[in-house]
Amino acid sequence: MREVILVGLNHRTAPVQLRERISFPEEDLDRYLKELQDLPSLAEGLILSTCNRVEICAATRDPEKGVKEIKSFLAHQHHLSLSEFEDTLYVLQGEELVRHIFRVAASLDSMVVGEPQILGQIKGAYRAAHATRSTGTLLNKLFHKAFSVAKRVRTETSIGNGAVSVSFVAVELAKRIFAHLEGREVLIVGAGEMCELAAQHLVSGGVKRVLVTNRTWERAMELAERFQGEAIPFSELPNALLRTDIVISSTGSPDFVVRREEVSEIIRKRKNSPLFFIDIAVPRDIDPQINTIDNVYLYDIDDLQEVAEANIKDRRQEARRAEAIVATEVEKFCRWYQSLEVVPTIVSLREKMEGMREKELDKTLSALPQLSEKERRAMEALSEAIVKKILHGPITLLKKTGRNSEGELYVDVVKKLFKLDEE
Amino acid sequence: MNAHFFQITLFFYLSGTIAYLIYLVSSHERAAWSGRHLLGVGFVSHCLTLVLRYIEAGHTPVINFHESLSFFVWMVVGFFLLLRHHYKVEVLGAFVSPLALLLAIWAAVLPKEILPLPPVLRSWWLPIHVTFAFLGDAIFALSFCAGVIYLIQERFVKSKRVGSFSGRLPSLEVLDEINYRALTIGFPLLTIGIVSGAVWAEYAWGSYWSWDPKETWSLITWLLYAALLHQRLAVKWRGKKAAVMAVVGFGAVLFTFLGVNLLKEGLHTYSEWFR
Repeated sequence: MREVILVGLNHRTAPVQLRERISFPEEDLDRYLKELQDLPSLAEGLILSTCNRVEICAATRDPEKGVKEIKSFLAHQHHLSLSEFEDTLYVLQGEELVRHIFRVAASLDSMVVGEPQILGQIKGAYRAAHATRSTGTLLNKLFHKAFSVAKRVRTETSIGNGAVSVSFVAVELAKRIFAHLEGREVLIVGAGEMCELAAQHLVSGGVKRVLVTNRTWERAMELAERFQGEAIPFSELPNALLRTDIVISSTGSPDFVVRREEVSEIIRKRKNSPLFFIDIAVPRDIDPQINTIDNVYLYDIDDLQEVAEANIKDRRQEARRAEAIVATEVEKFCRWYQSLEVVPTIVSLREKMEGMREKELDKTLSALPQLSEKERRAMEALSEAIVKKILHGPITLLKKTGRNSEGELYVDVVKKLFKLDEE
Repeated sequence: MNAHFFQITLFFYLSGTIAYLIYLVSSHERAAWSGRHLLGVGFVSHCLTLVLRYIEAGHTPVINFHESLSFFVWMVVGFFLLLRHHYKVEVLGAFVSPLALLLAIWAAVLPKEILPLPPVLRSWWLPIHVTFAFLGDAIFALSFCAGVIYLIQERFVKSKRVGSFSGRLPSLEVLDEINYRALTIGFPLLTIGIVSGAVWAEYAWGSYWSWDPKETWSLITWLLYAALLHQRLAVKWRGKKAAVMAVVGFGAVLFTFLGVNLLKEGLHTYSEWFR
């Protein structure tokens, strides 16, 4: 009977310096998969390699040997000695392994819980393995199930909702204010790194134009160029506020750069068209009082962080619901796996008893040649009935327990009682 | 016969409302889908109810209070389904459907017998006047719901409590746009409703305007919406103020429609016609 094993390391067990040395570059994955297939004890194999984890999942008839081979495969492929990283590796098997794979796919094991990329990465790893014919029935079933569990978690919990980084929070807020970001204009005041990141997210969200203003003209030019935007002199700031929709500010100025009276005037001139200020400077650039003006919205760095933290908290709560889903799915999968073992056990039990019956019957009949055809048939029927009666109990029990967690135990007991493993 | 269909309608509105409320708290897309389709089936059944009643009565069924409420609810639901087609604002359903359901339940407990139309009112002006007045009111009902959601969402964004519930609400801009669209469509309809009523009154009762309570309150409602339209177009009001006005305006609509019938007596009070 094949078993699935997993050997891997992730962001919790290994530092990035090690992870990057052990990772499998995507472009060479086919070659690695072929070499993995060549390992003598493995029947199926799959390599998952992302920046946060490297895991090899395989099906084998000899788990102990399989684990050893995978470990030395890792060392050999990356020209490391096993002792350098062996203690960062985890080895999983059975129910634990199923749970691990389901949790990884559902993004419960990610650094940022609920991040959506991991599912795509696993799907990629599976596709690559499938294409090189490295997967078989067991891994196919396991990974297809993992994908459906991940989908269930996504639709039934809101684990992926709510931005958890400051710059994504800014984008999400913009979407609560504006119907869409396409065609909007964003103005960057100052040129901090955070500004750039937030602006980057807004641009990928569809923002049309980026204006940049800064006290140092060169820096403004530089940043504007990066976004293929437009640099404007700092003195033009009030005019720029008339046409832009979103303002991201992070100057080093000790005073407010934008004041309340100014904004009241501007919002009137803008005919109340909404204006969203994101102030990520410390000390703050924008008078907090402007949040009281209608159609003007202001978030400073603390506000953004608070939103992000609240979202993280929400995700944690959702993660608990997701774990419950994973738990029931793991149980279902394990039951399926056990039932795989129950069926062949029943078959071999029947075969063995049938063989015994035929052998003994032949012996007896050949010792009694004077028996009539009718008597011979009666003896045959008798032996059949006895075997059937004997097997009835064990087979019903196996079938019944195969559906719950005790299945494994009874398969083992039956195998031992009837010495099924000997042939 | 129409009464049976009205029961069926009520059942679907109830289940649609429940589905939409589930969507509001759980954000399951499937709940919104169910809500929309249940309301849709309810709407079709409601159409049948009205057609049957029209055939049975021989005139547009807007004579007694039950009929008027039912007619109004029918339009609110119809407009919502139409709006939902243009804007993907599922959450609006969680506000519109309870409103429609409440009014429908009210209609259900009122006496439902078909009354003969007094000869003086027998005219094509009846469907014209009532239809336009209700079309305007039904659209204002939607702008009321959008206004309420706007105020909730604005509160969330301003007070920086932008959790997952706020994420389920539409953006402020979309809500404001619905408010504006509803105003520009609803206001002319209401105007036609009032003017056609005045013309009909001249035919039926011999005077354009007799200052009965319904007429007075219609005028107040009309003035409120005229003021909002003016502020929007000339002063460029937007957002919160416009949302508050839409809520206040609909308060006037409800009072004109319901309050006046319950509290005051006059030409438009249904019982008055049958003294």
